[in-house]
Amino acid sequence: MKLVSLGLLGVLVVAAGQAGDSRITEPSWPPARAKFSDIQGCVEPTEVMRKDHMRFLFHQRDRTVHQGIRTERHSLVGCVDCHSGEDQNGKPIPINAAGQFCQSCHAYAGVNMDCFQCHATTPPLQTSASYFPTKIAKPMTVMTLAALPANAWYLSCDG
Amino acid sequence: MADNSNRLQPGRRQFLSKAAATATLLALAPGVRLVDLARARAEDEPVTAAVRWGMLIDTTKCAQGCDACVRACDTEFGLTTSDRPEIDAHYIRKLDIRDEHTGKTYSLPMLCQHCEHPPCVDVCPTGASFRRADGMVLVDKHTCIGCRYCMMACPYKARSFIHEELTTQLSHAPRGKGTVESCTFCAHRVDRGQMPACVESCAAEGHHAMVFGDVNDASSEIGKRVRQVPSRQVRADLNLNTAVRYEGL
Amino acid sequence: MKTAHYRTIEGRSAGYYGLLGLLTVIVLAGLAAAHYMEVEGHHVTGMNNQIVWGTPHVFAVFLIVAASGALNVASVASVFGRAMYKPLARLSGLLAMTLLVGGLAILVLDLGRPDRLIVAMTYYNFKSIFAWNIFLYIGFLAVVVMYLWMMFERRMNQYSTTMGYVAFIWRLVLTTGTGSIFGFLVARQAYDAAIMAPMFIVMSFSFGTAVFLLVLMAAYRWTACTLGDAIVHRLKNLQGIFVAGTLYFVLAYHLTNLYAAEHHGIERFLLIDGGVYPTIFWTIQIVLGGLVPLALFYLPMFRRSRIWIGVGAALVIIGGLGQVYVIIIGGQAYPLMMFPGTEVSSNFFDGAVGTYTPSLPEIVLGVGGSAFAVLLTILALRVLPFLPRSLSDADLTTDGGPSAVADEIRSAQT
Repeated sequence: MKLVSLGLLGVLVVAAGQAGDSRITEPSWPPARAKFSDIQGCVEPTEVMRKDHMRFLFHQRDRTVHQGIRTERHSLVGCVDCHSGEDQNGKPIPINAAGQFCQSCHAYAGVNMDCFQCHATTPPLQTSASYFPTKIAKPMTVMTLAALPANAWYLSCDG
Repeated sequence: MADNSNRLQPGRRQFLSKAAATATLLALAPGVRLVDLARARAEDEPVTAAVRWGMLIDTTKCAQGCDACVRACDTEFGLTTSDRPEIDAHYIRKLDIRDEHTGKTYSLPMLCQHCEHPPCVDVCPTGASFRRADGMVLVDKHTCIGCRYCMMACPYKARSFIHEELTTQLSHAPRGKGTVESCTFCAHRVDRGQMPACVESCAAEGHHAMVFGDVNDASSEIGKRVRQVPSRQVRADLNLNTAVRYEGL
Repeated sequence: MKTAHYRTIEGRSAGYYGLLGLLTVIVLAGLAAAHYMEVEGHHVTGMNNQIVWGTPHVFAVFLIVAASGALNVASVASVFGRAMYKPLARLSGLLAMTLLVGGLAILVLDLGRPDRLIVAMTYYNFKSIFAWNIFLYIGFLAVVVMYLWMMFERRMNQYSTTMGYVAFIWRLVLTTGTGSIFGFLVARQAYDAAIMAPMFIVMSFSFGTAVFLLVLMAAYRWTACTLGDAIVHRLKNLQGIFVAGTLYFVLAYHLTNLYAAEHHGIERFLLIDGGVYPTIFWTIQIVLGGLVPLALFYLPMFRRSRIWIGVGAALVIIGGLGQVYVIIIGGQAYPLMMFPGTEVSSNFFDGAVGTYTPSLPEIVLGVGGSAFAVLLTILALRVLPFLPRSLSDADLTTDGGPSAVADEIRSAQT
């Protein structure tokens, strides 16, 4: 969690220190491809995602790697699939490229991001329907943060 | 990443598919399932030790000169070659073997043997090298520090270290510079009820030299076969109880 | 017993600053090499998927082994009660720490993901000998710090012998751990041998004493203080025993392998036809690092000369590096035996001897880490009084009283 807190601190420091400085532009990115539901844009409320997306990602990461759970909702592939942009020819732009979803905000917040040293930066070649063959059928309940381990960073998870 | 034509368009995309099944039970062919119904798990349930994935390789059916399994694996994981073959990653490779005394030659695929007592897991200082409950020996690349001790410890030379920066990773196969990797038994496919890519390609070539499945299930194809025909572990002297076994050696 | 008086080195001479500057440059070059390897990936090194540990590991293992051996001199004083060595115990402890830190720095900087050091510190697999070693190394540093404190602090002096025992046992366990990194590897023909642990202990005695001797002689020569023959000759004799002991263990290791048909291939490879490895084994490890030093230490025409003793100690270090090179890289170069009695080939170099050429970044990293150890040592010598004012024969207590000193001097002169 330290990393996220540091990140938030970074946001504050950058925001405070650079207020009014024209060199720092507000992050902007291509719109997401879909809405999660009629009432909710992302897989969790947007404010929660902004602050705590890494907690969901870490939790899902450990569940996927160690337990073989490959649900779509909190998967990084899902993020990339929905949030990556395309150029005029419909070719996907890497999500960590300048001005794209992940990069623009991380640059603004001054937070390093190393997911994409290993993970694909563009959507899967298969349709997401075949990538995630069984969509979650149960009605979504918003997963509360309390259900996640507080120190999800580098903590393997038992469920 | 050129082929993007299959991608869902935003408008057609839906997060919640009402028609979706709850369990990972995709039929491989009519009547054949990768996992027995009784041991099947829902998609959001962890793997358990009720299943042990295994592979039986019939060396008499493995054709010398055929490398379909290797090519299928390279494609599946996006493995590429470089100008320095010594640093290329190999999850599976074909061994050509010649008996020094009799001159008999044969060929077989060598891959991670997914041991029950894996030396790579024992030696890994951070626990990044681990054995999943269902017997797959994997590397958690998030905690791998790249010390390569597992590569020193593996009796099968199953592991590769990534020596260069990569940019063309596939969504289902994250891999990156400075970490160690090896055959995953195609965990990403098996978790969805599909066969490993190598097994599929071997069958597609008509050789059927590789059988994959749950060895705990006596009624599965592999379960039956390992109970009927003699099979052998490579370096059986180490008593690692490998999940990959060979017959016809 | 005479009370030893300690001093710091003045450290204002051009020579001191020159040495400091030179070492700093080498350390910075080592850091640059490590950075280059991390940014580019290990493809810029000679290491590959066959030879996964290379030159950095040779330097690191050598330094770590030498570190525990450098503590010998202190142990001889406290555990074996040889009063003559007591004034040297502080320097011994210092070298033990600096050599270990140098070696560990190399190991860490060679990792594929050195940025994840925090993972190595927070995630432990307690079955891993590597994970044990992390504790053993950190614990060793802590124990030696305590030991030094008890030696430095008059009020704590009374406990220093007890702490000396703790440090001695710890260093034995530590080197057992280092040797077992290889001894526990069942996969490879050259390893998987219980003798690795005790062999590494004797190697550590030898390498550590050699480094200690050289540092001691250099420190006294460059500061123009008196270093008596008695202590140098005692250390030299000790060094000779350790060199012989190392040769014995190497002999036992190879004889055991030679007896079993299973190991004939690896023995042939390491001793006869393995290319560069038999050459290094015979010329550097056995002749230069073993037989020549023994001759220099014991033959009447050399044994009185301090120069030749220094040369002998330097050769022990060179031979030691050669020995670790053969163990680590030669041991990996020999192919894995998955199907005994067959010839195996593949496009992944199965059945083929691994190729490895040390690359410049690796060597610079290894030398940089070694320079770091020396740099830390000379900085510490300037800050704290590690060195006795005099180690002249008259100022030393030997265990048998004044007549023994005389004997010592006499034997040194004959």
